[in-house]
Amino acid sequence: MVQKIESQYREILKQYIQMQSEQNLYEGQNFSRKLIAENTSPEDVISMHKAALQELHEEMPAQVWHSFDLLIEMMISYGMALQERQSLIKRQEELRVEMDLAANVQETLLKTTLPNVSGLDIGLLSIPLRKMNGDYVYFISDHKRYAGVAVADVIGKGLPAALCMSMIKFGMDTFNSPNARPEEVLSVINRIVEKSIDDSMFVSMFYGNYDAETARLTYGSAGHEPAILYRAETNSFFELHAKGLLLGVAPNVAYGEYDVQLNENDMVIIMTDGVTEGRNEDGFIEREVIFDLIEAKKDQPAQTIAQHVFNELERMQNAELKDDFSIVICKKI
Amino acid sequence: MNIQVDLTEVDNRVTGSISGEIDAHTAPVLREKLEVFQNRPSLEAELDLSEVNYMDSTGLGVFVAFYKALNNNGGHVKLIGLSSRLKRLFDITGLGEIMDIEAAGKGGI
Repeated sequence: MVQKIESQYREILKQYIQMQSEQNLYEGQNFSRKLIAENTSPEDVISMHKAALQELHEEMPAQVWHSFDLLIEMMISYGMALQERQSLIKRQEELRVEMDLAANVQETLLKTTLPNVSGLDIGLLSIPLRKMNGDYVYFISDHKRYAGVAVADVIGKGLPAALCMSMIKFGMDTFNSPNARPEEVLSVINRIVEKSIDDSMFVSMFYGNYDAETARLTYGSAGHEPAILYRAETNSFFELHAKGLLLGVAPNVAYGEYDVQLNENDMVIIMTDGVTEGRNEDGFIEREVIFDLIEAKKDQPAQTIAQHVFNELERMQNAELKDDFSIVICKKI
Repeated sequence: MNIQVDLTEVDNRVTGSISGEIDAHTAPVLREKLEVFQNRPSLEAELDLSEVNYMDSTGLGVFVAFYKALNNNGGHVKLIGLSSRLKRLFDITGLGEIMDIEAAGKGGI
């Protein structure tokens, strides 16, 4: 094998010394790729060059051969650097595979089904900045009367945030009830989160429960960006303010509970700060910009509106979002 | 994207100002400077944020950790000079109710 490579190289070198054509150079390039694929070190390449040259032009002066020996010595550390790089690439690949697996686990873990209750059209978009999503949207519903919607944003991005959110899922699952009360849901999850996370971590969360029989949404917030209410009758937007501390900051927190009556074509829009904290060259993208985007598509299905908001905000920021992006639109129909 | 943190300590009282942006990139700088003080008993800290033009949730996390640490050690943190944008951030997160904060343009309490 080695001999074969050496004779191939000798042939290429011989041709090049004779003709110096582009074709010869091209062959040399291809040959070097082959050497890299076989993990040939730089010092071995130079040894091979020296050996080939000795066979082709043994008449060369001794100084030339000595100079090659120096060069070979010098190339040894390059060879070591190359090896190191290759092992890093391998490690990186292993990490990538692991991250992919983790992202798959997360996807399975956090799978949620859109509630199917009469009179409510729900649109959802949750786009992670990296592989793992630090935003979390979860629905609990009996698909008859109640539709519960939770939107949470874990501080930070990536893996730590993603790990943290499984706590929220399990907290929600312990209720296993489609009409759990927001104040109760939030205070229980707060207790779970507070026990388990680092001092500089926290989670903001909105939880709302829609009753299809009365068309009322009961909601509460743990330090989450206020949800937006769109009133179709007056074509106007309001912030749904709710008092409540972030999850994970203090052990015993009481959360407020509020409700709002929804009429035909009214909407409640719940977002994470990846939506509301957008910035472009001129500064922050103001809330009114988001309102205008929603209003422009107000007669469309909720999913279409959500997609429109995402597309336009992404465009305004030159397709460079800085945070996980989640929006849930609940439209009374 | 930059941040400047100037802190001085006299008689177990830390005062200082922070300027620039506090986000995922700069928060570690701030965290490191504050961590120096966080295990001191009964430390009083007053930080002026009037020159902070942007802060995201990562920045909030740094102040929450500092607040928790000082509180646990019998100390106190006060944040002053909050712009309306920062004030809103503390208010919607409920932190404004448990932490001692003061908006810009106001005198003492």
